[in-house]
Amino acid sequence: MPKPVRAPMQAKWLDIGPITQIEPGMAATLPVEGGEEIAVFHTMRGEIYALVNKCPHKQGPLSQGIVHGESVTCPLHSWKISLRSGEALGEDKGCVPTIPVKVDAGRIYLLREAVVPPVQAARAAA
Amino acid sequence: MNAPANFRQVKALPERLVVIGNGMAGCRAVEEILARDPARYTITIFGAEPRVNYNRIMLSPVLAGEKSFDEIVLNTAEWYAANGIELVAGDPVDHIDRERQTVVSRSGRVEPYDRLLIATGSDPFIIPVPGRDLPGVVTFRDLDDVDKMLAAAEGGGNAVVIGGGLLGLEAAHGLSLRGMKVTVIHLMPTLMERQLDEAAGWLLKTELERRGQTILTGADTQEIIEQDGHVAGVRLKDGREIPADIVVMAVGIRPSTMLAKTAGLECERGVVVDDHMVTSDPAVLAVGECVQHRGQCYGLVAPLWEMCRALADHLTDTPSGYQGSVTSTKLKVSGIDVFSAGDFTGGDGHEDIVMRDAARGVYKRLVVKDGRLVGAVLYGDTADGNWYFDLLKRQEDVSEIRDALIFGQAFALGGGAFADPNAAVAALPDDAEICGCNGVSKGTVVATIKAGACSLDAVRSTCKASASCGSCTGLVESLLVLTLGDEVQAGAKTLCKCTSFGHDDIRRLIVEKELRAMPQVMQELHWTTPDGCASCRPALNYYLLCAWPGEYEDDQKSRFVNERLHANIQKDGTYSVVPRMWGGLTNPTELRAIADVVEKYNAPMVKVTGGQRLDIFGIKKEDLPAVWADLNAAGMVSGHAYGKSLRTVKTCVGSEWCRFGTQDSTGLGVKIERMTWGSWMPHKFKIAVSGCPRNCAEATIKDFGVVCVDSGYELHVGGNGGIKVRATDLLCKVATEAEAMEHCAAFIQLYREQAHYLERTAPWIERVGLDYVKSQMFDDPEAVKRLAARFRYSQTFMQDDPWAKRAAGDRADLHQHLATVRPAPEYV
Ligand code: SRM
Ligand SMILES: Cc1cc2nc3c(=O)[nH]c(=O)nc-3n(C[C@H](O)[C@H](O)[C@H](O)COP(=O)(O)OP(=O)(O)OC[C@H]3O[C@@H](n4cnc5c(N)ncnc54)[C@H](O)[C@@H]3O)c2cc1C
Ligand code: SF4
Ligand code: FES
Repeated sequence: MPKPVRAPMQAKWLDIGPITQIEPGMAATLPVEGGEEIAVFHTMRGEIYALVNKCPHKQGPLSQGIVHGESVTCPLHSWKISLRSGEALGEDKGCVPTIPVKVDAGRIYLLREAVVPPVQAARAAA
Repeated sequence: MNAPANFRQVKALPERLVVIGNGMAGCRAVEEILARDPARYTITIFGAEPRVNYNRIMLSPVLAGEKSFDEIVLNTAEWYAANGIELVAGDPVDHIDRERQTVVSRSGRVEPYDRLLIATGSDPFIIPVPGRDLPGVVTFRDLDDVDKMLAAAEGGGNAVVIGGGLLGLEAAHGLSLRGMKVTVIHLMPTLMERQLDEAAGWLLKTELERRGQTILTGADTQEIIEQDGHVAGVRLKDGREIPADIVVMAVGIRPSTMLAKTAGLECERGVVVDDHMVTSDPAVLAVGECVQHRGQCYGLVAPLWEMCRALADHLTDTPSGYQGSVTSTKLKVSGIDVFSAGDFTGGDGHEDIVMRDAARGVYKRLVVKDGRLVGAVLYGDTADGNWYFDLLKRQEDVSEIRDALIFGQAFALGGGAFADPNAAVAALPDDAEICGCNGVSKGTVVATIKAGACSLDAVRSTCKASASCGSCTGLVESLLVLTLGDEVQAGAKTLCKCTSFGHDDIRRLIVEKELRAMPQVMQELHWTTPDGCASCRPALNYYLLCAWPGEYEDDQKSRFVNERLHANIQKDGTYSVVPRMWGGLTNPTELRAIADVVEKYNAPMVKVTGGQRLDIFGIKKEDLPAVWADLNAAGMVSGHAYGKSLRTVKTCVGSEWCRFGTQDSTGLGVKIERMTWGSWMPHKFKIAVSGCPRNCAEATIKDFGVVCVDSGYELHVGGNGGIKVRATDLLCKVATEAEAMEHCAAFIQLYREQAHYLERTAPWIERVGLDYVKSQMFDDPEAVKRLAARFRYSQTFMQDDPWAKRAAGDRADLHQHLATVRPAPEYV
């Protein structure tokens, strides 16, 4: 079982572990309890990106696509999605939410507020 | 008298400036201050190292034996004396007292300051593995480290360098010149991945290997092995052990912030400074690798000069401010030219301009965005590095010279005419050689075109220009355009837009030129993208796998998800699992195991497929390995229902039971499936064996079909029951089962070696013609035997169940989630 990452409210960035867990040219998944699963991509050039793991076309799991350059080709019907903007490229129209990422000292961090579902946050605030 | 407006100007004594760190930034800062106002400060410099300041970047040439220490000294003892600077060398500062404005050194010396400058540089990062403290484990940061390496090198022996970045490779180069057998262990799949893209990293690796170094990429260190109290080797996570008399850790650096942090100064990754290099305490400044400026830390010297300028301006009351730096990298390994600068990650609106010259070992890649150069990677020819770097820093508009940019400064700026590559070709004299392989001159090519060869293919087949290695394809294309204008015919369909070669050329050249790795193919065949696309990567992966059985290592990131996860992805993102049922036969153990899996994993559906076996639906990617383990336990292996590979061998009842059966079609089907399963092919491949011409197994719409008759076996090929139904062609008739199997193996191998990726046998045969297939198989009486032998050889590497490997834990990363995010307890 992968170990759970707690999302303490004070931390702005969520540490999801070392960059080496994802081979360049691949992606990994990060389920969020009560929220949308996230796909974290490591490009061949070493950049990290994160998107909601749902293709804007018919919700295909983008994490399972082929990563090339700065885009991923969806495994279901081959739409090409930009990892930077989450937008479908070429003739296709649609956009998937991106999650702000930072890499520090070899670890990957996701912006907490973009990961943890707003409902939870609201409940926490209450 | 009124109080003086500026207290400093009337102060009797100069202010006391204390510098912590006698390194490149600390001393440079002092030089800059002295240049502006030599009388302003009384200066004391503390240095942890017991020596004067030297050019740290030249430690690499010192290690390599190209320079001596004396040659790299920057500030001699005389310099300190002449400028009234007190150097406290070999006595590091241990404590800063900001209240009292003093520093305390290790020897107990207390030094008061008015201004304090922290220039402590970086600390090498030590990976926390067992054995890291053993004698013989060194870092690469200062002269003492170099001395340790030189001492070790005296005895020859083995060196292991952990880290394939700039520092690690320079250490490896030095040690290997000093006569050690060097192995570089690098965690990432390509060397210097922060500065180089995959293509350049691969070229670098090949060159270092050619020079005798062993480069292990994707290698993770588990521990450092000890023997008799000294380092003896390195063990990797995959179990490999590499002997070592010395281990150099060069895995990265961390800004040295300890002192500042304990003094309560604001620190993040580095000591936080503003544009004037002032820390959170106005009396304390910091400069060099230890600082973090606008969120950025640097590990190269160029930014330090800029920082020191801003710092000195501030300390002499003429503040200018530091804006941050764009950096470029060069590797200091003699004979290997590598340059990189800027951002070359590519992406939206980024255009790649790639030039590869395999013969000269050159790879150049420029990244242009909105008409401006934003990144550059150069390998093999870095002459234009500075020019590109300059264009990049100045954000100059390069649209005008874009087409010729990649050819370098001389060419791009060599006058308007040459900015157009076609024009450059037009300017070549008639006797200029165009095709080096076949010795064809420009005049000959032009004459050939004028004589009617109006496409690339036609030129290739007529005068042979660009018919061999293909590196002059671009020149020939230019000549076509120049000679024929718009009437140029599009050449053969290329594999994808990353290359000007078609499938056949690529397959042929992989074998002819013995290309054994994907970056090598891309380099030698002049790919126009750095790492290909979703079309060419899977194709090349297959072509290489087919050409070099047992040698080429399958590249998972070039595989479509189904083949990567060994299951079929469904519309909801779950997977279906189809175990093999040899020849459509099954038994209670298998059926029970399948039933158990369906229940255990709550599979919502199980169905009989059109391929005579069972399909279990709705399995999550995390559960696949466990499902496979259960199926393996009952003796079942992957059915490859997901692969460009052998799918099913359908059979009918045959002579064993059926009243019309002429041969044992069931038995033969099982034998054929046992022979062919696991093989990767250009597309999926289906087989059937029917026991008589009633053909209950539908053998005549299969890629390979056997129809049994009284006198033997009719072998049919090229059938398809899919989108466009095509009945098979009769290939031949044979008398025995053994011959049927041999022909089956031979036909598959011919298809594997010659078809285009994603071309099934039906369109392939339509394209090349049945006669061609027959001639390939039968013109030479030995052909069938040879093809079949090649197939069987390749199968020796293919027939281990991919499910079993995954069930045993191989590539668990592909199945597991990274982690699960749960809201913290406080807000549930
Ligand atoms: C499961 C199965 C349907 C069933 O429940 O019976 C099936 C399911 C799929 N077929 Fe099929 N085909 C299945 C038998 C067939 C057959 C019948 C046969 O093999 O005898 C055919 C026609 C015969 C043929 O291939 O010539 C068939 C012709 C196709 C085609 C068209 C191929 C063509 O060359 O025209 C495709 C599309 C493709 O491959 O590009 C396709 C593709 C697919 C895919 C892989 C669609 C996709 O890309 O996701 C389906 C995968 C479903 C899944 O996740 O399992 N399937 N498919 C059958 C699996 C057989 C097996 O045990 O492995
Ligand atoms: C082998 C090697 C090759 C390199 N090659 C290149 C290259 O090709 N190009 C490039 O741009 N850069 C290169 N670099 C990086 C470059 O050397 C650094 O960027 C530069 O030296 C940083 O300067 P600095 O003054 O910040 O740190 P340093 O030069 O490391 O100086 C810091 C000094 O502070 C001392 N110190 C630390 N703590 C204390 C303390 N508490 N009290 C007293 N003294 C202390 C240290 O001993 C050290 O002498 C290379 C580095 C190495 C090691
Ligand atoms: S039709 Fe022929 S092959 Fe089919 S079951 Fe009957 S005898 Fe066997
Ligand atoms: S769901 Fe991604 S392309 Fe259809």
